[in-house]
Amino acid sequence: MTATLSPATTAVLSLSGVSKRFGAVQALKDIDFDVHAGEVVALVGDNGAGKSTLVKTIAGVYTPDEGAMTFDGLPASVSSPAEAQELGIATVFQDLALCDNLDVVANLFLGRELYTGRALDEVTMEQESWRLLRQLSAKIPSVRIPVASLSGGQRQTVAIARSLLGAPKVVMLDEPTAALGVAQTAEVLNLVERLRENGLGVILISHNMSDVMAVADRVNVLRLGRNNGVFNVSQTSSQEIIAAITGATTNAVSQRAARRESQEEQS
Amino acid sequence: MSASTPTPEAQAPADATAALPADLQDERLIASQGIGGFLRVFLSRLRSGDLGSLPVVVGLIVIWGAFQMQNSAFLSSRNLVNLTQQSAATGTIALGIVLVLLLGEIDLSVGSISGLSAAILAVGFVGHGWSLPLAILAAIASGAVIGAVYGLLYTRFGVPSFVITLAGLLGFLGLQLKVLGQEGSINIPFDSGLVKFAQASFLSDAAAYVVVVAAVAVYAATRLRSNQRRAAAGLSTTPVVTLAVRAVALLLLLAIPVYILNRDRGVSYMFLLFVALVVVFDFVIRRTRWGRSVLAIGGNVEAARRAGINVRAVYVSVFVFCSSLAALGGLLAAGRLAAANQSSGGGDVNLNAIAAAVIGGTSLFGGRGTAYSALLGILVIQSISNGLSLVNLGSPERYMITGGVLLLAVIIDSLSRRSRASHGRA
Ligand SMILES: Nc1ncnc2c1ncn2[C@@H]1O[C@H](COP(=O)(O)OP(=O)(O)OP(=O)(O)O)[C@@H](O)[C@H]1O
Ligand SMILES: [Mg+2]
Repeated sequence: MTATLSPATTAVLSLSGVSKRFGAVQALKDIDFDVHAGEVVALVGDNGAGKSTLVKTIAGVYTPDEGAMTFDGLPASVSSPAEAQELGIATVFQDLALCDNLDVVANLFLGRELYTGRALDEVTMEQESWRLLRQLSAKIPSVRIPVASLSGGQRQTVAIARSLLGAPKVVMLDEPTAALGVAQTAEVLNLVERLRENGLGVILISHNMSDVMAVADRVNVLRLGRNNGVFNVSQTSSQEIIAAITGATTNAVSQRAARRESQEEQS
Repeated sequence: MSASTPTPEAQAPADATAALPADLQDERLIASQGIGGFLRVFLSRLRSGDLGSLPVVVGLIVIWGAFQMQNSAFLSSRNLVNLTQQSAATGTIALGIVLVLLLGEIDLSVGSISGLSAAILAVGFVGHGWSLPLAILAAIASGAVIGAVYGLLYTRFGVPSFVITLAGLLGFLGLQLKVLGQEGSINIPFDSGLVKFAQASFLSDAAAYVVVVAAVAVYAATRLRSNQRRAAAGLSTTPVVTLAVRAVALLLLLAIPVYILNRDRGVSYMFLLFVALVVVFDFVIRRTRWGRSVLAIGGNVEAARRAGINVRAVYVSVFVFCSSLAALGGLLAAGRLAAANQSSGGGDVNLNAIAAAVIGGTSLFGGRGTAYSALLGILVIQSISNGLSLVNLGSPERYMITGGVLLLAVIIDSLSRRSRASHGRA
């Protein structure tokens, strides 16, 4: 794998004009969003801003009402989670989406089990599970226990490990550190950096400004379902971002335009 | 004993971790080697509510003991052969119920489907002079079509499965009566293959033992091979002694009943077919992607969908399997009765099949259970019915006791679910 530290010219994933309604609620309106290979884009916004909805739309859980998506420079439409996975989009959902009754191995390989002959290849899957979990420095005592018996952080680690199977190009992490302790959060942030070094595009949702400032290259702010600015982390402060999140900026539009320009110069 | 099998002492020094199999390196893991360790793990699983088949096995032993004390003919070879014959048809239907329960759904119409299938077979084979294979195929195919319709109704319109299948219960009962026509009862000739198969086909003594030995050999070979592969992959292995103990236990578990059955007519083809179906479906549920998908959907549909599983296809396929197995069960019942009539698949067939799956230990809440619960559950139900008739008690007691046992099974299911939740084994 070649490590591309600076964003490539074409985005690996790009959305334009995406809208999504839930009945009377306009959850997303005219969202533009892109992520490049080897780039970490943070997606921030208040509760209910539409971050998870955007992630689920990209992941094929929801189909957008309007808007277009390109993946690897080609127009793409995902109408199911399976299609998103085939494209190379891996997602850690906010609610983790694990099957409590299945063990760690089964959860990790759910939907892409390995076979030997006519039966599932439990041995290779278990071996791979350990490799993945070790790679994340996971502290999981056994991979043969139901995930229901894991702690919140261990469950989150399993969900994150899941997203690394099958060589994805884009990884979306919806509040991956929400339930994690200090050490575990640091591990996940390390992981995010490793993913970037490996040339993956990473979309990270977090409410924790210091985490965002620590790992993200760009910050994309959503507010009430609309774009509310894209910030280059090296040229902004968390105060500015917080202002965009809460809508306290007096002159959001002009500032946004200014920042877009500076960001384009950069890239 | 392979070198890769760790002993508990090996965990003490810190640098020993590297030598441990990949899955035993966490120091919090409680060592569970040897007989003592096995018992400890077993007991802690029980305490946490992970009961598996234990309640039904205990229940079966209690029931058999009680009836044997009342009437020593109960555990006679002759009566046990009868028991296997009585169990096969409804057990096959219960196997389908296990599948839908694993999804967290239900099929209330299996009785009607089995009756309809019997009617189709009788009318086709006897009435229209179709060949037997054609009649069987038509009957099972009609079951499959019904299942496909259920699956489509469920996945397209989201109607709860118990309502769809309740409608099916009524509708296909009506269709069964219609197919049977005016007289309402059709006898199937005694010299037909189906009746011979269901009433008078038994494995020879030697053949039955060959099947037993083959089953144990396959078990031992797969376990040894899995051990080899695990060792090669740097994972923990089961000690050869443990494997040998298990293989011998399995041998006894199979050979003793076969010996007892062989003293009378022996192992019937029909019962063997049922057990073979159970074994095949057990494999399919545990060791194939489809089975894994079924369990995943039963555990968390949305997670399964997000994992890229084609949830709709799995639902439809499970309903198809369930209805097809119900149709097959109907054929076995018709063969045993040598007739199809208006009460084929009626009475308690439906409820017994559903109760068997639940009594056998398949959870009503989805995602938990094994194919073997169909076998264990139907043995419990038929033992009750068979034993009561031996002590000259009839339907009233049978219904009440079976109802009580079902209630007990559901209570155990609910309690163990709660206990699992509090012990983190949901
Ligand atoms: N399935 C749904 N049905 C109806 N409304 C929904 C659904 N999912 C989300 N919404 C609505 O869409 C809006 C955005 O929700 P979303 O989950 O995307 O917020 P979020 O930015 O992820 O918030 P949080 O930080 O709390 O996770 C909310 O107003 C929510 O009520
Ligand atoms: Mg969210």
